Amino acid sequence: MTLQLLFDALSLGGIYAIAALGIALIFGVMKLVNFAHGQFIACAVFALIVPSADAIATLGIGALPAPLLIPVVLALGAGLAVAAEALVFRPLRHASPVSLMVASFALGVLLQNLLLVTYGGRPKALSLWAGLGAPVPVLNAQVPLLQLIVIGAVAVILVALALMLKRSRLGLEMRAAAEDFGMARLLGVRANRVIAGAFALSGALAAVVALVLVAQTGVADVRMGGAIMLIAFIATVVGGMGSLTGAVAAGLMLGAVSAALQAFLPPEARPFRDAFLYALVILVLLIRPQGLFAPAGAKPRV
Amino acid sequence: MTTMHRLRRLSAATTPLILIAALALLVVAVMVLGDRATQRMATEALIRVALVAGFWIFAGNSGVISFGHAAFACVGAYTSAWLTLRPAMKGLLLPGLPEWLAQAHWPVLPAAVAGGLAASVLALLTGAAILRLSGIAASIATFAFLAMVNAIWSNWTTVTGGTSSVVGLTRYVTPWVALGWAGAAILVAALYAQSASGLALRASREDEVAAAASGIDRYRHRLLAYALSAFFCGAGGALAGHAIGVINPDAFYLSLTFLMLAMLVVGGIGSLSGAVVGVLAVTLAGEVLLRLEGGVSVAGVSFALPPGSQEILIAAAMILVLVFRPDGLLAGREITLSARRVAGRERKQT
Repeated sequence: MTLQLLFDALSLGGIYAIAALGIALIFGVMKLVNFAHGQFIACAVFALIVPSADAIATLGIGALPAPLLIPVVLALGAGLAVAAEALVFRPLRHASPVSLMVASFALGVLLQNLLLVTYGGRPKALSLWAGLGAPVPVLNAQVPLLQLIVIGAVAVILVALALMLKRSRLGLEMRAAAEDFGMARLLGVRANRVIAGAFALSGALAAVVALVLVAQTGVADVRMGGAIMLIAFIATVVGGMGSLTGAVAAGLMLGAVSAALQAFLPPEARPFRDAFLYALVILVLLIRPQGLFAPAGAKPRV
Repeated sequence: MTTMHRLRRLSAATTPLILIAALALLVVAVMVLGDRATQRMATEALIRVALVAGFWIFAGNSGVISFGHAAFACVGAYTSAWLTLRPAMKGLLLPGLPEWLAQAHWPVLPAAVAGGLAASVLALLTGAAILRLSGIAASIATFAFLAMVNAIWSNWTTVTGGTSSVVGLTRYVTPWVALGWAGAAILVAALYAQSASGLALRASREDEVAAAASGIDRYRHRLLAYALSAFFCGAGGALAGHAIGVINPDAFYLSLTFLMLAMLVVGGIGSLSGAVVGVLAVTLAGEVLLRLEGGVSVAGVSFALPPGSQEILIAAAMILVLVFRPDGLLAGREITLSARRVAGRERKQT
């Protein structure tokens, strides 16, 4: 029971952490709270299937073998995010964070309705890698294979991202830009490259979330990115805006709390799990308004 | 002797009067000339004016974008429904209501006010937590609040009816009723903007640190504006419910949030006139697009936009406005009589 709970918490938290990273990366370099992230996820989901309004989806790209499918979907996610940056956010580069946020919200609505027009509004059944639901015995618990894969993939992604940010030139530039964008530019960091890089990474992470969601639920729904985007937002706020490690830690924490609520709440209160979660978050913020892991520079010094 | 300051205040005081007069003219024109469909559209537009003017009280003065105001409309609409539905019907549809609420059978006006007050109380409670956060984080928290209210309303089936609609609300909202509430919202919004608290809040929006140094308690003014703004969103939600007679939680979720934001951004968040103009512009554009989706024939060739293109085009317009006219159509200006006109009238009177 407890071991099962641990796996639930880790896999859920891992997905939340990946989604939160997608938000935090972009916020770090351009102070944009990307309300379109949920729609990036939804677009990556729908990229798998052939456009039609039928209730049962026909796999398009989704029928490719996994070693080919995963890079293609990640590239599509990254491409969408980079295109959004070039078309919408680049002209707004000097706008206030509030305008940027509102623009991203509008972009999200736009993408969602584009999906609605092309694919119809009803959720579609879609089976991707159906074999992954099979339970695997781990010690004395039965864990779905998918959960193990998710946990492994999240670990690999986090390590790779950490290495990239610490070791590569682009990573260094990104961290510098997140610290002080103006100063970084003066020292020779190319703004367009860093921002496009952050968007590409964020879009690829959105595609990862999309693949996991589809494999888990077997459904493609236009609204499916929204809920996880909200959790990711909350993770970035709780983690302290602008802190990547904070976002990951808070994402894992939210997953754990969420899994615990699911396990220990009385059955009649379970539909309200998310409401409890949000209320808890507001309580945490009452105690630490700057977030749990706020970087030292988060509060403007006067 | 009229000082410049007094002139300016008088000139600013004409804004709500002009806006209300313009809306009243619109209603008269629609009542005299328009058919039923046009009247329904005018009612809808005026309800949105009440909602967006209420929204502006907080967002315009504090500079914090709230995604949570649709939730206040939701609370207002359901409160009014709980209070006005016939007890027999409530016993059937909503068996989980507490006894006193199940027996309540209020007249419509007190119920709408109660809807507003319920939203205000909720705003005070949640705002106490949310408004301590800095601008962007507060916006995200209001989004969480919206999702929270929607999750509760969609799942608490015995009290809210869940995702299935609550039907049978008295359809009492004529264009005149909607005009009354829109006018009240505009008047209160203008009064608040002119008040000491409104001024203090705008000061803290412009420069948080300088305002704090001048002794302004930003949190207190934000909370006041939040509660006041929730009142009109709650009442507006009640009106929206009673205008079509049916409510369900998803009517007060993301699409309403988006619509209210689009109106505020298109018109210009910097001024009350901008908010009102934004409502009219977006409503008109939406109506035209809706007719196009229904199909029209131009010179013998009939064509129709695919359904859903209304939202796509409004969203695209919103992005274009943000890029090319970031302060909105009115760019933060108010529609006023010029100071000279006001001064002229003043001289005649004295």
